Amino acid sequence: MEYLKTFWKYKELLKELVSRDLKVKYRRSALGYIWSVLNPLLMMIVISVVFSHMFRFDIENYTIYLLTGQLIYNFFSEATNLSMTSILWSGSLIRKVHLPKYIFPLSRTLSAFVNLLFSLAAIIIMLIITQTKITPVILLFPLPLFYLLLLCIGIGLILSVVAVYFRDMLHLYSVFLTALMYLTPIFYPVSSLPDYAVNILHFNPLFHIVNMFRDIVLYGNVPTLRANIICLSMGIISIVIGLLIFKKKQDDFVMFL
Amino acid sequence: MSKIAIKVENVSVKFNLATEKVESLKEYFVNFVKGNKRKIDEFYALNDVSFEIEKGDTFAILGSNGSGKSTMLKVISGIYKPTTGSIEVNGTIAPMIELGAGFDMELTARENVFLNGAVLGYSRTFMQQKFEKIIDFAELWDFIDVPVKNYSSGMQARLGFAIATQVKPDVLIVDEILAVGDAHFQEKCEKKMDELKSQGTTLILVSHSIKQVLSTCKNAAWINKGKLMMLGTAEEVCAEYMKNKDL
Repeated sequence: MEYLKTFWKYKELLKELVSRDLKVKYRRSALGYIWSVLNPLLMMIVISVVFSHMFRFDIENYTIYLLTGQLIYNFFSEATNLSMTSILWSGSLIRKVHLPKYIFPLSRTLSAFVNLLFSLAAIIIMLIITQTKITPVILLFPLPLFYLLLLCIGIGLILSVVAVYFRDMLHLYSVFLTALMYLTPIFYPVSSLPDYAVNILHFNPLFHIVNMFRDIVLYGNVPTLRANIICLSMGIISIVIGLLIFKKKQDDFVMFL
Repeated sequence: MSKIAIKVENVSVKFNLATEKVESLKEYFVNFVKGNKRKIDEFYALNDVSFEIEKGDTFAILGSNGSGKSTMLKVISGIYKPTTGSIEVNGTIAPMIELGAGFDMELTARENVFLNGAVLGYSRTFMQQKFEKIIDFAELWDFIDVPVKNYSSGMQARLGFAIATQVKPDVLIVDEILAVGDAHFQEKCEKKMDELKSQGTTLILVSHSIKQVLSTCKNAAWINKGKLMMLGTAEEVCAEYMKNKDL
């Protein structure tokens, strides 16, 4: 209860930090926020040109297949990366003002999330261009994004703590992210993989979330209860572990920054 | 309502000096293979310090560099948790350990006012009401939409001080910050502190300047090497501190 009260008191700070991140991100670029839409679109064009000429995958509506996977993965990578360094970079502030410290990884994840919401416009543009059939099911799209947000907040909390004590994590994590990219069906179809690889994929939370997102946006299928339970429980587990680790270590940080 | 604003009881703060050293896996591995135990150098920045500060008091903390003054302030503001002992604070604290902590250099002064306000726990609407007064006090109307990175350190300090003192805090903590401003602004700051004092704010000041301590403070504590050496009125403590400043 006490925690909720402090959280409420600092919600303004959370808002300010998120808007700060967004302002600083595109400051002085001529196109500004349009980049959030343009960037995934341009990336999609590059990747789809490469993959439709070099390795051909038999995927219907490949551009949107690509775009959906890419947006989910990019958000995960941006949010967790920013969260990881959030405590380290806020060191000067943490050493001078008493604040609830989880606010730093949390605000980074949220600003990446706002960015993701802007980027959804890219999907809408592509849905119109490719004249994909749109069903009412598409209105369920916030569901996988919500699970993804939970997952990222949790992992962001864990990483922000780990990075304080073990700086090598900053370098190690980019390798991990590359591995994760290939373990997520972003540009290849799951059917192209051998069985043992598919089994490995099932341990990747992003695999389930990307699948659910595509089911909703691209194929117009209502996600199964099982898929929902899997994604939700992964999100909750990561948040609970994140909060436990963070709470245990938060008073100790300041000595290591 | 108790009359005590801050109660410090047997507070010790222990730093682990070894933590600065072993940070990377390579060093850890090398030490592990060589069989070096991680040396733990413990260092007490504060050692069993106790005192009380009454409401409305003006209290100075004296001591040479590295004596633990700033650590004491950080414990009072809740940034450090004491290793042992306890601390009790009645009322809101405005810490000014460094003016403008939390400014984002890329943002303009206008944006930073709201960001810094939020850091100190004030809402956006509240800051909007105070906005004019803040900029008036800092005398920065000409540079309101300039990124703070282009400000001089004196200008940053002016903005920081203006934001932190717009609200009447119960306890104001000032850590040798006023040295950066020019004479005109220092005078303004002292006037503002006097004004807050007369409204019942408890003031805690850390300073090397005996002159400033004597002119603003009633009571004082002298800390040396983490230990409380003396507690008393500002005159007594200053006199004793000056006698033993080579300690």
